[in-house]
Amino acid sequence: MAGQNCLVANDWICGEYLRSRSHELAEATVQHIWITAASVLIGLAVAFPLALLARRGRHFAGPVLGLTTVLYTVPSLAMFSLLLPLFGLSAALVVTGLVLYSLTILVRNILAGLEAVPQEAREAATGMGYGPVRLLWEVELPLALPALMAGLRIATVSTVALTTVGSLVGKGGLGNLIEDALPSFFKAQVLTASVLCVLLAVAADLLLLGVQRLLTPWTRIRTPARAPGVPGIAKTEAG
Amino acid sequence: MGVIGEAWTWLTTGANWSGDGGAAHRLAEHLYVSGVALAVACLIALPIALYLGHVGKGGGLAVNLSNVGRAVPVFAVLALFMMTPLRNSGYLPTIIALVLFAVPPLLTNAYVGMTEVDRSVLEAARGMGMSGTQLFLRVELPLAYPMIMTGLRSAAVQVIATASIAAMVGLGGLGRIITAGFNTYDTAQVFAGAVLVALLALVVEGVLVALDRLLSPLRRRRTV
Repeated sequence: MAGQNCLVANDWICGEYLRSRSHELAEATVQHIWITAASVLIGLAVAFPLALLARRGRHFAGPVLGLTTVLYTVPSLAMFSLLLPLFGLSAALVVTGLVLYSLTILVRNILAGLEAVPQEAREAATGMGYGPVRLLWEVELPLALPALMAGLRIATVSTVALTTVGSLVGKGGLGNLIEDALPSFFKAQVLTASVLCVLLAVAADLLLLGVQRLLTPWTRIRTPARAPGVPGIAKTEAG
Repeated sequence: MGVIGEAWTWLTTGANWSGDGGAAHRLAEHLYVSGVALAVACLIALPIALYLGHVGKGGGLAVNLSNVGRAVPVFAVLALFMMTPLRNSGYLPTIIALVLFAVPPLLTNAYVGMTEVDRSVLEAARGMGMSGTQLFLRVELPLAYPMIMTGLRSAAVQVIATASIAAMVGLGGLGRIITAGFNTYDTAQVFAGAVLVALLALVVEGVLVALDRLLSPLRRRRTV
């Protein structure tokens, strides 16, 4: 009965824990995934129009970039607590907080991608009779996609980590397991949940990298002389 | 909203600021661990990053480290610390976690800043007969300065955010006001604590932006 003993001995790694609590682990992981996915998707939906607005000129860019940066500075524990009177103890609270965090990274990357579209490409498309909407969807957006995806990857990975703080209001996915295990010093649960959280971040990153490759087949034709990614965005936030 | 009024009352009540668990003590705790951790992180990260940047090696490591840092949840790391004998060592677990999370932005930004210095400028300086040390001190460092400061600001924000999360595992700092409020279902106190933490982060960011402008080596040179 070596398996049972590791729960009694409170070992870091415990096979019996994985077996007996697999249901609990799966439930927390699913909650973690949907909170992260909802936050990033809503963040993307909000960031895109904001980036388009910021592109219209310095008049809009200043307030949009300034506000999203200020939001990013607010520590996560405080962010969730400040939203508490608005949403109560709900998943909406955690998702809203995470959306606000993802905005900084997403808006900046989308903006950088759109601004890096060569003027000649725009002029050529306009000359071929493309209207502004078609220009955006068929020329600018595809060309901005690598920068957008780089931002999306950073936002997703940090959102996976930040979701754990949502355990403050009981909606933190794997963070809930960590919080539950703290008072009783249940090592196996803390370690397993932590490792799962990191694995989730890595898996999400690889998945998005795959999506990026599928969506931008033209970037693979040239020899990969330069590493992908957008420099200059190096801000991080605690999770 | 009633909560905001109640939070204001909480903040303006002197009794909430005094004593061992009072806001003043928590603020001092927060600033102390943050300051120590940021200083230690700078002492570790900057020499390595500046050296690697000067030599022009190890870039992959610096960038990867930054990405890994993003994927690891602070809450999980702190919780893991609390499962070890470190939990009995006062501020130490918080400071170690803070240093751990402050090093990646410092390292990456300083390294990228150093390597982004224009090659032709370096060659010109070398052609003028500058030695390696002169090149480093008088060309590379001033030109990399803005990126280094960006890294310092990210690290500072990160450190303050992490110091508040330390409260979730029972360690000190301003976050304790929030978690204590949660435990007693005192929403006003939770809100008041959150305002204090958010304000501290914004003030520190503001001070660093101001310092950055004041100390920028390129700005000084232009005005001379």
